Parts: sequence; C-alpha cells; structure tokens
Amino acid sequence: MSFINYSSREINCKIVYYGPGLCGKTTNLQFIYNKTNPDLKGKMISLATETERTLFFDFLPLALGQIRGFKTRFHLYTVPGQVFYDASRKLILKGVDGVVFVADSQIERMEANLESIDNLKVNLREQGYELEKIPFVVQYNKRDLPNSAPLDEMRRQINTLGVPEFEACATTGQGVFETLKAVAKSVLSDLKRLSR
Amino acid sequence: MMDTQLVMYEEDYKKILGVIQRLVRDANSKGVFVVDKNGQLIAEAGEVRGIDTTSLASLTAGSIAATGGLAKIIGEEDFPVHFHQGARDNLHITLVGGRIILVVVFDDRSSLGLVRLRVKKAGGEMAKIFEEIQKKAESEAAQGSPGSPFAEITDDDIDNLFSD
Repeated sequence: MSFINYSSREINCKIVYYGPGLCGKTTNLQFIYNKTNPDLKGKMISLATETERTLFFDFLPLALGQIRGFKTRFHLYTVPGQVFYDASRKLILKGVDGVVFVADSQIERMEANLESIDNLKVNLREQGYELEKIPFVVQYNKRDLPNSAPLDEMRRQINTLGVPEFEACATTGQGVFETLKAVAKSVLSDLKRLSR
Repeated sequence: MMDTQLVMYEEDYKKILGVIQRLVRDANSKGVFVVDKNGQLIAEAGEVRGIDTTSLASLTAGSIAATGGLAKIIGEEDFPVHFHQGARDNLHITLVGGRIILVVVFDDRSSLGLVRLRVKKAGGEMAKIFEEIQKKAESEAAQGSPGSPFAEITDDDIDNLFSD
C-alpha cells in the first residue's frame, strides 16, 4: 500500500515485477538503474545466488518528480521466478501498488508464462487483492529472439484482461521505460481514483 | 485482510520522532529507525549519517517477512524480536503492533539488556501512535479522504511526470 508522508511531503509506492524464471525481471531493473540519473535513484539491491538467480528479491528505489508539491517515489521489486521460491514471492507481493508481468516470448516458455500468471493471481488473492482491480501491465520480453511466439498468440493467452502491454528487449532496453511509465501512471491514477 | 493506506501527518511524525529520539538516548544506542512492514522508512533518529536508510528499510522488511514465514511453518504467529550481533555494531529489530518495525543500532556503549528494556517501553508508545494513525486513516477513508493531495491531481499532472 502506498505511504503518504505529509511531513516530508512524499508519496511512496511499491511496484512488483513478476514472471517466470529467467524472463528478464532483474534485467529490466538493471537497465532502469543504469539509465537513471544518479540523483533520482538509490542503491540497487540484488539478493541473488552465486549464479545470479534471484534468491529473494531485487530492489530499486526511484524518484520520479513532484506532483502538487509531493515527491513521488517508486520502490521497484522483482520476485524470484523459479517455481520453488513461491513462499518468497508471496512475501514480496505484500503491500503492492502495481504489478508488471514480464512474459518470456520464447515459444518454449509459454507454459511457464501461464503457470506464473496463474501463480500471481493465487498469491495476490491470498493477500486480499484481485489482479483485475490493481494497476497491472504486461511486458512481452525477448521479442528479438528468433524463437519468439507470435504476438497475437501471447496476447490471447496472457493478456486476457486487456491491460496496457509492451513489446520489449530488456537487454537493449527497448520497451523497458515504456513499461515502467505505464505502470507508474496506472498506480497514480488509481491513487487519484481512491482519494475521490 | 488488506492493509489500509498509510498516511502520516506532521503531528504524527513529531510524536514518532519524540519517541525514537528518547529511545536513542535511553538505550544509549547509535540510531533508531521506524520502518513500515512494506519496506518504507517512516522515521529515523540518532547517528544515521552514512547509512543507506532506504536499503535498510527494504531489507529489514524483507527480513521480517522471511522470518514471519518461517514462524508460520513451525506453528508460530510471528517472531516479533530479532537480534543480530556484529563485530562492532548490533541490530535489535522489533515488530510493533503487527505493522511497524523498530530497528535499533547499537555498539558496546550499550547492551542487549538495556536495549531490550527501553525498546519495550518505546514499542508500547509507538503502538499507540500507530493505532491512532490507523483510526484516522479509516475514518478518512470512510469520508473519501478530502485532504488527500491526490484527489485534485489531473491526468496532465501525471503526464508531466513523464514529459522528459
């Protein structure tokens, strides 16, 4: 849940990048980290194994600018994608304000994408959220690979809610900031809606 | 149950700061941090220069969440008190009122016993303050929180954030 601090005139929101193992969640955050002005970002934390697989989470604090005199800060988190880290994924979803689902476009990862999105729905429900009701965007990552599935097919299977969607290649950065902007906008619009 | 949004006003902040500034002195500690369970830093006091407080808050919340998960596996509701001992500095972490985390950094100028004792008192006061904040948030939510800075923002305000 967002935290509005009138004392420091700040608003803090939490965005979680979700998706199957090796789909590029950490790569998204690394690209954002590398391309952001040092004044606007904090330290990126990666709790990863020796082989650089996310063990618990990655964390990147980001300042986006001011709205009506309030500094907007976004805390970006990734979850560990591998199936057996489910307990950790549940913990990271606590207090989430917006979700990015990073899908792996490779045709052989379709099954893993679907399993992960089902898992997202179940884990959100356990925290009292519904995917249909929270700010949510989809990113089709690794579009540059020759074995990527047709976009229409991915859209049909993954984006059943018809939320904003982006084609991406997180290693080169294509689509990374577009995805972030879309989810951040959606979170802020949701705050506006809730405060009316 | 879902948490309500945390909204903190100047007067709440001053109360919290008063409690932790006293805790720094009474416990003879280096610094005290108040962190939301979701990883947001709420307040800090003491010698905190050079400490990456944003990371500290996020990792503390992660650690509390992970040990809370462990507690449930063995049939406990939570492990509300944690102590990490280092070569020079130590961390004493307490979960207060199920939502707030109180982190005390101390070295050999203090002792675990003293920190424990002082945290117990401060934790009680802190729990009361956050109960009030929670009540206020709930009553404002029921009225549609007219004071929220986000009631007035326009789509243009949001677009302007991304205009670069």
